[in-house]
This record gives sequence, structure tokens and C-alpha cells, in this order.
Amino acid sequence: MTQTTAIHGEKISLLRVLGPAHVWALGVGIVLVGEFMGWNFAVGKGGAVAALIACWVAGLLYTCVAMIDSEVTSTVAAAGGQYAQAKHIVGPLMAFNVGLYLVFAYTMLEAANAITLGYLVQTVGTMAGFADVHDKPFIVLTIMFLAWLNYRGVYATLTLNLVLTAIAFSAVVILFAATKPWTHDMLNHQAFLNGLPYGWVGVIASLHFGLWYYLGIEGTCQAAEEVRSPARSLPLGTMTGMITLLIAATMTWYVCSGLMPWEYLGQATTPLFDAARLTGSAPLMVLLFVGTVFSTLASANGCINDASRAWFSMGRDRYLPTWFGAVHPKNRTPYRSIVFLVPVAVIFAYFAPLDQVITFSILSGLLGYTYMSLNVMIFRRKWPLNTIRRGYIHPFHPLPALVLLFLCSVTYFAVFLGYGTQLIAMMIFFAVASLWFHFHRYKYVRRGDQFTMQWPRPAGY
Amino acid sequence: MAKEIYVPPKQSAFGQLFDSLFLLGLVLVALFAPLFLKLAGGGKIDIPVQDKSTWEGLGQTAQQAAQWVKLGFTPESASSIITSRFDYSFNPVELAVTILVIVGYFALLFAFSRSEYREVIDERFGRRSEQ
Repeated sequence: MTQTTAIHGEKISLLRVLGPAHVWALGVGIVLVGEFMGWNFAVGKGGAVAALIACWVAGLLYTCVAMIDSEVTSTVAAAGGQYAQAKHIVGPLMAFNVGLYLVFAYTMLEAANAITLGYLVQTVGTMAGFADVHDKPFIVLTIMFLAWLNYRGVYATLTLNLVLTAIAFSAVVILFAATKPWTHDMLNHQAFLNGLPYGWVGVIASLHFGLWYYLGIEGTCQAAEEVRSPARSLPLGTMTGMITLLIAATMTWYVCSGLMPWEYLGQATTPLFDAARLTGSAPLMVLLFVGTVFSTLASANGCINDASRAWFSMGRDRYLPTWFGAVHPKNRTPYRSIVFLVPVAVIFAYFAPLDQVITFSILSGLLGYTYMSLNVMIFRRKWPLNTIRRGYIHPFHPLPALVLLFLCSVTYFAVFLGYGTQLIAMMIFFAVASLWFHFHRYKYVRRGDQFTMQWPRPAGY
Repeated sequence: MAKEIYVPPKQSAFGQLFDSLFLLGLVLVALFAPLFLKLAGGGKIDIPVQDKSTWEGLGQTAQQAAQWVKLGFTPESASSIITSRFDYSFNPVELAVTILVIVGYFALLFAFSRSEYREVIDERFGRRSEQ
């Protein structure tokens, strides 16, 4: 089903032009930057070994997310992804919150990308003798340029992402091979690994940033309305994306932890570029500079795409002012949503430190995963198996949901360790926004229009 | 009997602008408040070291010191990074309040959603008594 919006009395829909490769590029393109920056803050919270354990545990969390999401997305394939699912399965307020989780997870990730790119340009500028180079103009320019690109059209945007992501992934593989991991010529883990400096509490704490290895992979289903064959392309693109990220995360950890002291790695802004610097190879430095720039651009590009579509969907459903639910008459993009989110990204990228911005993004994602674990149990209860046609049925239900809920609870505690104030601030924001929606905004929402799937009445209603 | 269809009021342009600015303001106030109030980032402490002016005094081996130098650091410029640690001690009351806020938020979310969802289902499928 292609949903439409009215512009000047004319029905205009988003274009169905994307294939599995675009879905892979959208998912991996958003997340691959997590190998170039951010994951290493897990080293700072618990040490390098703790970060590796966090990488595996987060991998288990995201496997549960992928299993659950594959079932629900293959059954509710509509723009907005998890947002559309919440509308049909839990209710409008939940959908409003899920929409906000998506928007903030991606907008904060976009801001983090811009910060990294600005920092990298400043670092390389300083190395090249331009000591007065400032990162701020590059931060603003990056966001503005990518917003303009998204404004112009989704096909060109995600085709560009495909190229950028492929080059960035190649840079990780080439760096890994160039450090000769089968010898001790460059990598010396014995010299740099120091066990668990914080003990096992550090392992739990590092799970906070462990999510950064994969955060955003679930964004593949945001493009459901623009994919030619959602039932085939979405699971294929998501699963190949997860495999790509697992490989990249392992290689990244191995190279970085064998090249630099954990204290430096735990706070570095561009760890893979620093790894290339430590090899002493100028071509590798250039390659990882290009890889980092491309990964940040691809990620920010995908983030603008996903965040604007979630905001657009909420506008179209009147959860937000309907003004946001417009599609550009020529470019067929949600242009007003794209433009509105630009200042949010710019303000956070300009004024907030990288680890704080990443924490806001992770928290938004974490709230979304908590919702997913509860959502799938409600989904199975309201529509038991064989009552509706599912594209995919995930095995061992409800084990993945329970594991996901448990891992989410542990991750809340991990964020509490060191970033408790942000956790409370974020929860207060969502609580106030929920009250605003329920007592004010909901009166503008057409009730019956929130349920568009051709399903039977849910059990218990 | 025909289904009852809820017809929402039309929102004025000013109302739409106000709602947009309200959300934007809420985001900035809620998320920037911890940063401006210097409450963000949690507790970090400095661990004591023998001597901040030498790599040995900072507890770095020769191999580790060599990498610091390649990255452009001196013992003085690296000391604040090397000695900084997270402080994971916490007040159980703070943890209990945090758990209460998270659980309370989700409880509120599901309770309100349930009542709204019932209206959606009733309008989409008709009230039970009408069938």
C-alpha cells in the first residue's frame, strides 16, 4: 500500500524506487560510522576487554531486535517503521513516543557525525600546518549540505550512501589487513590490554556505548514505503547489514586495542584515523581520513532521511501539526520535516560535547528497543499466529523479547553509571511530551484512520 | 446503526506554529538543562600517580609511551587523560528514583495508549455492542 498526502488538492506519494542494496546502504550507512567513532567510549567506561564483551552482548541485543523487527516489519510494512507498528499494535500515544525516539536517535546521531567530521578536518588541518582551522563551520556546512541533498530526492541520496558506505567499509578492511594481524609487527595486544580496570561493574557500564556498534540498524524499515519489494528487501538488507557490522566491529576493536593505550582510546574522537596515524603509513592515513569523512557523511545522510520520514509520518497522522505532513510536489520528499530538524541538529552539534550527544542518541534507541520487546508480546497476544498473514515468524517466542527486555534493563543501569542526569532529563522530556500529546494534541487525531491494515479486530478489544 | 466517527477540530496556522515551537523548546530545555547546569557527564575522579611529568610516573610502559608520543602528547598533556576515571559509586536512593521514573513513564505510556487504542478500534471496527 502506498500512502499519500495532499498538496494543493493533488494526491502525491513517496516514490517506490529502492532495492535491497539501498536498504543495506541505509542500515549500514547509518551505523558503520559507529566503528569510526563513539564505540571507543565503551573502552573509557570499562577498559578494552570490557568493550569487547559489550560488543558481543550488544550483538545479542541487536540479534533479538532483528528477529523481532523482521516479524513485525514484514507484517506492518509502512513508512515510519516502528512508528507505524506502534500505531496498529499499542496505540497513538505509544506511536507518538516511538516517532520521537526515532527522530532523536537519528538527529543526535546526525549531530555526532557532524561533530566528528568537524574535529577531523580541524585535526588534519592542524597536522597540515593550518593551526587556525576551526571545526564549527564544517559542522554547520555538513548538516546544511546533507539536508539540501535530502530535500532534493531520496534516490540520489541513498545511491550516494551506497558508494560512501562501500568505500568506508573497504577502508576498515584495508586498515585491518595492512596492520598484519597474523603477526606482531604492528599490533601488540599484550602491551596495551590491561584486563578490567573497573572490574565487572566496568563491563556493565561499557554496555552503554557498546550499543553504538550497531545503533540505527533497525532504521532499514523506515524506508518501507519507498522500497520496491518490502517483504524481500527489508529482511535481506537488514540481515546482511548486521553481518557487515559484526565483521567491521571485530576488526575495528582488534586493530585499535592493539595499537594504542586504553586511556587514549577511551576518549578519542576519531579512533580509526588515530590507528592509521600510529601505523606511520601516509596512504593509510589518507584512506582512513577519507573513510571517516565518508562514513560520517553516509551516516548523517541516512539519519536525515530516517528522522525526517518519522517526523513526516507523525505530521501526516496529525500527531504533529499537519504542515509537516507535506511532500514536495517536484522532488517527492518530506521537505518541511527535513528543514525543521536542521536547527535541532545544528544546535546540538554546535554546543554539546560528543559523548553527551551520543548518549542522547543511545537513550532514544534504548527506549525504542524496550518498546519493541513489549510490543511483540502484545502483537502475538492481539493477533495470535495464523490469524493474520506474517511475512516472517521469529522462533523461540517469547525468549528473544524477554532477553531483549533484560538487556535493555541492564543498559539503563549502564547509562545510569556515569550519565544518570541525562537519563533522568531524557525521561522527563518524554513524560512531559506524552502528557502534552494525550491531553492536548490527541484531539486533532482522526481515530479510525490510525488503523489502516486489513486485519481482523484485535483479541481483547 | 452507523459507526460514530470522531471529527477532529481544525487547527489554526497559529496553533500549528505554537505546537511546533513548544516541542522544539521542550527538546532544547530538557536536553540542554543538564549541560548548562554542569550536571552532565557524571562523576569523574583523578587517580593519584607518582609523577605527572614523566611517562614512568604516569604508569606507562615504554611501548605505551611511544604511542602517546606518536599521537602528539607529552606526559604533561596526557596526564589528565591517563589519571581520569569514572566514579561508579552511587546513592541507592538515586537509583531507586531512576527506576521509578522509567517504570512510571512506561506505565503511563501503556495506560494512556490503551484508552486511546480502544477509541481507534471502536471507530475502525464499530463498538462491540453494535456488532
